[in-house]
Order: sequence, then structure tokens, then C-alpha cells
Amino acid sequence: MYDFDFAKPATIAEARAALNSDEAQALGGGQTLLPTMKQRLAAPGLLVSLTGIAEMKGVRPTGDGQLVIGGATTHAMVAAEAAAHYPALADLARRIGDPAVRNRGTIGGSLANNDPSACYPSAVLASGATIVTDSREIAADDYFDGMFGTALEDGEIITGVRFPLPREADYQKFVQPASRFALVGVFVARFSDGVRVAVTGAGAQGVFRWTEAEAALSADFSRDAVAALAVPDVEMISDMHAAGDYRAHLVRVMTGRAVAAAR
Amino acid sequence: MPQVTLSVNGTQMTAEVEGRTLLVELLRDRFRLTGTHIGCDTSQCGACAVHVDGALVKACTALALDLDGADVTTIEGMAGADGTLSPVQQAFQDHHGLQCGFCTPGMVMAAAALLSENPKPTVAEIREYLEGNICRCTGYHNIVKAILAASGQPVDDLAASVA
Ligand SMILES: Cc1cc2nc3c(=O)[nH]c(=O)nc-3n(C[C@H](O)[C@H](O)[C@H](O)COP(=O)(O)OP(=O)(O)OC[C@H]3O[C@@H](n4cnc5c(N)ncnc54)[C@H](O)[C@@H]3O)c2cc1C
Ligand code: FES
Ligand code: FES
Repeated sequence: MYDFDFAKPATIAEARAALNSDEAQALGGGQTLLPTMKQRLAAPGLLVSLTGIAEMKGVRPTGDGQLVIGGATTHAMVAAEAAAHYPALADLARRIGDPAVRNRGTIGGSLANNDPSACYPSAVLASGATIVTDSREIAADDYFDGMFGTALEDGEIITGVRFPLPREADYQKFVQPASRFALVGVFVARFSDGVRVAVTGAGAQGVFRWTEAEAALSADFSRDAVAALAVPDVEMISDMHAAGDYRAHLVRVMTGRAVAAAR
Repeated sequence: MPQVTLSVNGTQMTAEVEGRTLLVELLRDRFRLTGTHIGCDTSQCGACAVHVDGALVKACTALALDLDGADVTTIEGMAGADGTLSPVQQAFQDHHGLQCGFCTPGMVMAAAALLSENPKPTVAEIREYLEGNICRCTGYHNIVKAILAASGQPVDDLAASVA
């Protein structure tokens, strides 16, 4: 890894100022960025750690039935503190990677990275959550932009994520045991005005909404309604771990399981 | 160069480091605490696991400067000053929880973190907690057995329970 300067600001405003240079990059838990830098796939001149910013950490219910999670909140903290408010989301966080990864990795880092096999993007998209940055708010439907692509501008900081709370929800993860990411993951969220289904690990363009399943489940929230559907007509990732048609099949299976397990 | 100060196994330690200095490099190369191993250097194997402010962390994937002021416990801090092994270490010895020993420091740190969060884990919980700790030798069975024993639970029926 090439050397770099290091800054650890205490406020969002200081972090924003430090990131105002082409050479600078934000550091969350480092669970993705540090391995990337070791491979010299990234070589920032200045790393700006967000882990010292108290206003970006924690899980907080709002008065109007939503849940706000700070952008620098670790997966372990979400697993512990979101459990009482949004059990499906806490359960997702509890199964990311392994305990050491969960103690450092953050929700903001995961969403900024938008790995096509990451877990959080499915929860954010299925919940219709809002990404809150230091300068604006971005709806989940406008945020994800293909593999590793997002609507974030250079230097923009995810300060938090605001989740509407569904009536019931569930995340089903078919683990790729070597990486511990999702081979296929499906998040189903049922709101009073309809059902949203988001799929990670499968789509060649990253996380996507399975709209046919959403329509079927909004009319009839049952496993049978999923079983009657054709597999999603979306270009799938196809690699040594699973062929595209197998992933498409798994999407339907995991969606059915999520519906059966939703609470 | 910037300075970092950590409490390591209860002792304040300071060093000048580069931005890129990893916690595991600081511990091994500067503080000469070589019990913390580097297996993969890619966040996969857990040989480098230590406790940072009580939480299990992969020391190969944390910057020394980012942890300035933290409380770090390494495998060297597990035994008593007179060399008496910690309950987890003693259980690894009693139940043959190691062969070559390369993964063992990380395994012991992971096991100690598990037992502080969950003093009486089930076999399934132990196996799940060890997902980030890879052992090339043992097949894990005796590691699970050692951790079960360290938690004060019976191990006699373990073979049956994992079948
Ligand atoms: C062994 C292992 C297993 C894993 N398993 C899973 C899994 O099962 N599921 C899963 O979803 N993930 C998994 N991960 C990834 C893990 O969740 C990472 O923590 C996450 O992808 C990145 O978060 P981070 O905080 O570590 O970000 P970093 O690595 O610090 O940063 C990642 C990127 O995000 C940027 N960034 C960081 N924080 C912010 C912010 N607040 N605002 C704007 N940009 C920011 C950085 O500049 C960088 O480009 C795994 C990782 C490892 C090493
Ligand atoms: S050396 Fe750190 S996880 Fe393998
Ligand atoms: S005892 Fe050899 S790697 Fe675990």
C-alpha cells in the first residue's frame, strides 16, 4: 500500500472540508477500502477517517415512524440497536461477513461502495429508504447506479440513512461461503400501501427491484404467489460460483422464503 | 511523522508511524508483540484478530493512526503475569484445540470475545462466531470443543450434537 496523509475530523463540516481535494478519500471501517489499497487499486493521497464523528453514529427512531442510522454506524451496532425497531434490518446486519468485519464495517461505507453482492443495498431499496448526505437527500430509487456505481459526487459523505418502517419484512441470504457475501440475497418489505422486493448478488447491474414479484405480493402476500411467477427477466451475474440461470432460480426461492419468514 | 499512543495489554505505548501503518505492523514490528499473526493480509483468515476497546478486530485491516488512544488486547495479554493460562487458552491445551498453532492467537481472541458477549454459547453459535477465523489443520472440531469447555459446558456429547 502506498503511503498517505491521515486525518480524523470530529465533525461532518471538518470532514467535508478535508475531502475537498482530488487526492482525498473518505475512510469508513476500512474493510473494503484497505484491502483495495493494499492491491494498489486505490491510492489516495489523504484518507479522511469518519470514525471519530459522533454525529454520524447510532440508531435513532424518529417521531413519524422512521429509523435513522448514522453513516458511520458499524454493522454490529445496527445489529444490536435496530433490533427493537426494525428486526429484519438488524438481522441482515448481524449476518454480514464475520464478527470482526461487523465491528469495523459501516453502513455508509457499504452503501458508498455498492458492491453487487453486498447486503445493505437490498434493505435500502426494498424499504424505499433515503440516503442522507452532507449536502442533500437521495431516494433509494435514484441512488444505486450499476455495479459499484452510486449517485454520490466526489467527496460527498453519507451522513445517515432514513428507513421507513414496514409492517413486516425479511432478508434471506444465500451465503457464498468463501467471501461470506450474498450469492443471492432478497429483502422483502410489506408496507400498508404495497410490497417492495429488492435483490442483491444476482443482477449484472447490481441491486434491483423485482417488480413482477412486488405486484403479485401486493395482491396476495403468500409464498404461492411467488412460486407462480417466472424467474426475473434481468441479466444475471454468471461466474464460477453460480451460473446466471441458477441465480435467477435462487431469486425466486429466496423471495418465497422471505415472504414465509416475514414478521 | 505522526505519533500514535495505545494502551496495549494495559501498558501505554507510543510510536511514530506512517499513515499506512497497520495495527498488526505496529504490534509486531514496533512493539515486538509477535503473537498476533499475519495469515492472509486480506481480511479473510482472522490470524491477526485482537481486541480493540473490547471488540474483536482484524489488525491487518485497521490503521494504527485511526485507533489512537484505544485499548488493545493481544494474545500476549491473555495469560496472567505469572504465566497462568486464561480459561480459553487452558481449554485449547486440554482439548487439543490446535495443531500447528498458527491460527491459535486469533482463535483464542475470537473465543474470548464470544464468551464475553455470550457466556454460554451453543455449538452452532460458536461455529457461526468463528466464521472469520480459518484453521488449516484441526477441522475445527476440537476448537469448538475447547470453547464449549471454556464456557463451563459439558463436551462429552459434542460429537453427537454436530453429526
Ligand atoms: C471478510 C469480509 C466479509 C464481508 N462480508 C460481507 C457481507 O456478507 N455482506 C456485505 O454487505 N458486506 C460484506 N463485507 C463488506 C463489509 O460490509 C464492508 O464493511 C463494507 O462493504 C464497507 O464498509 P466500510 O465502512 O468498511 O467502508 P470502507 O472500506 O472504509 O470504504 C468503502 C468505500 O466507501 C467510501 N466511504 C466510506 N464511508 C463513507 C461515507 N460515510 N460516505 C461516503 N463514502 C464513504 C470509501 O471512500 C470507500 O470508497 C465483507 C467484508 C469482508 C472483509
Ligand atoms: S491476516 Fe488479518 S485476516 Fe488474515
Ligand atoms: S492449528 Fe494450524 S492453522 Fe489452525
